Amino acid sequence: MRLARSMAVGWALHFKQESRNPFFLWIVICTPLIYATMAYFLFRGGTDGDKLVGAAVGTGMMGIWSLTTTAAAAALQWRRRSGILELLVAAPLPFWAILAPITIAISALGIYSLLASMLYTRLLYGVSLEIEDWLAFAVAVPVGILAIGLLGFMLGAAFVRFRAAWAVGNLFEFPVWTICGLLIPIAVLPAWVEPVAWVFAPTWGMNALRDAALGDGSPWDDIAMCAALSVVYGGLGVILLRVFLGSARRRGTLALS
Amino acid sequence: MTSLRIFAIGGLMSFRALFGFMSPWIYIPTLVVTPLFQILLFVFIGRSAGVESDTFYVVGNAIQYSSVPCLFAMTFTIAGERFNQTLGPVLVSPAGRLPLFLGRSLPVIVNGAFVGALSFTLGSLVLGVTVPASAVAPLALVIVLASASCTGLGLVLAGIGLRVREQAVMLNIVFGLLLIFTGANVPIEQLPEWMEAISRLLPFTHAIEAGREVVAGSGLGDVSGLLLRELAIGVVYAVLGYRFLRFMERQGRIHATLERA
Repeated sequence: MRLARSMAVGWALHFKQESRNPFFLWIVICTPLIYATMAYFLFRGGTDGDKLVGAAVGTGMMGIWSLTTTAAAAALQWRRRSGILELLVAAPLPFWAILAPITIAISALGIYSLLASMLYTRLLYGVSLEIEDWLAFAVAVPVGILAIGLLGFMLGAAFVRFRAAWAVGNLFEFPVWTICGLLIPIAVLPAWVEPVAWVFAPTWGMNALRDAALGDGSPWDDIAMCAALSVVYGGLGVILLRVFLGSARRRGTLALS
Repeated sequence: MTSLRIFAIGGLMSFRALFGFMSPWIYIPTLVVTPLFQILLFVFIGRSAGVESDTFYVVGNAIQYSSVPCLFAMTFTIAGERFNQTLGPVLVSPAGRLPLFLGRSLPVIVNGAFVGALSFTLGSLVLGVTVPASAVAPLALVIVLASASCTGLGLVLAGIGLRVREQAVMLNIVFGLLLIFTGANVPIEQLPEWMEAISRLLPFTHAIEAGREVVAGSGLGDVSGLLLRELAIGVVYAVLGYRFLRFMERQGRIHATLERA
């Protein structure tokens, strides 16, 4: 009970704190706007309404993913530089219960990204954003965000051990945008890419949101996959964190920035 | 002679001091692999939308990505000095400001051109884009010019960096705008008129156009007009940037904000 309370309070605290970070807000609001603008021009001025609705959702998801890779790494780097990381690791609470709320809170900021992207597409380009299945959409957003946040948590384990891991974390930004079908159908990519995309939560999150918005198929399978992946990421993250933290303690590298 | 030393040796020392943290673990993911993935993303978007060829996106994104080293490094030459608390000593020294600032920009241009050229090479290899041998030298010149021109814009941003706290935000906004406005991914003729007008005033627009023509087989003479315009834009930004840096330096002294922003 105390663990759950700590995680809930940690999540709320970090959500509020990171909501006031101009750099994070830039990522969640401006990134989707830039790519939504390009998508509009690239898809021939938006003659295909469905494609633009998909692009609006996709660019919102791009913002969520960018934030998770970039900001989760930056958040840990900042704590390390400020000398807080060691204190957090030494706290009586397990470190995974401290780190997971941070990464999930950061991903949750992505809700701004989705809203900004959809509003922008609606207001500037006049694309009607009618959601076919509001209930599924409302469920898909938090479940997708949770899955992406826990993927960030898994990556965060590496950030704790390796000082330059933030750069490697940023490396995942474009590839995931590409292979998870956020702006383009996965069918356009080489066939071997598709199984790789299944490993990443944004693929299923995007499918769920697109299906809920356009009514092309049932979004519930994709939502279930997001939930299942959340469990896998969470479990793997806890194991990796234990390994990397142990290694950082042995080498005395935790505080080195 | 002193000015020449400040320009060459001072610039190089500053670059080495400020960017010593750029180990291969950081350099390769951010400046080698990421631009390749940016190219791939837009190539696949282009294929999906059926708009332009792979070559179009390889040239556009390779050149545009050199904005990352140019803008970020140029701005960081100021921010980094401040972070390391050496900005004050640098600015109270009697060193001429022109060799001081220009010397710091030279390694940035070289690095930017390297990143642009490497991105183009890797992108071409992965996607099977072929370039005639006669186009290699002209294309290299185009990339160097683009890098120099963007570093001029970087000088302006470095001046703003003397007062603005959130430089990373500012730089990312500029990077995003360059992605849209320079024709790296959307032909500028397809943009609304007001956007096209802005494009013509930005670094990269003419260089990207020249790069595409060179790869398509045009000679240097055919693109000389575009290159001259790119150069002129770079010079204008560099002059503006230098004047702006001096202005912001004075403002920083007046308001005692040099170390605070």
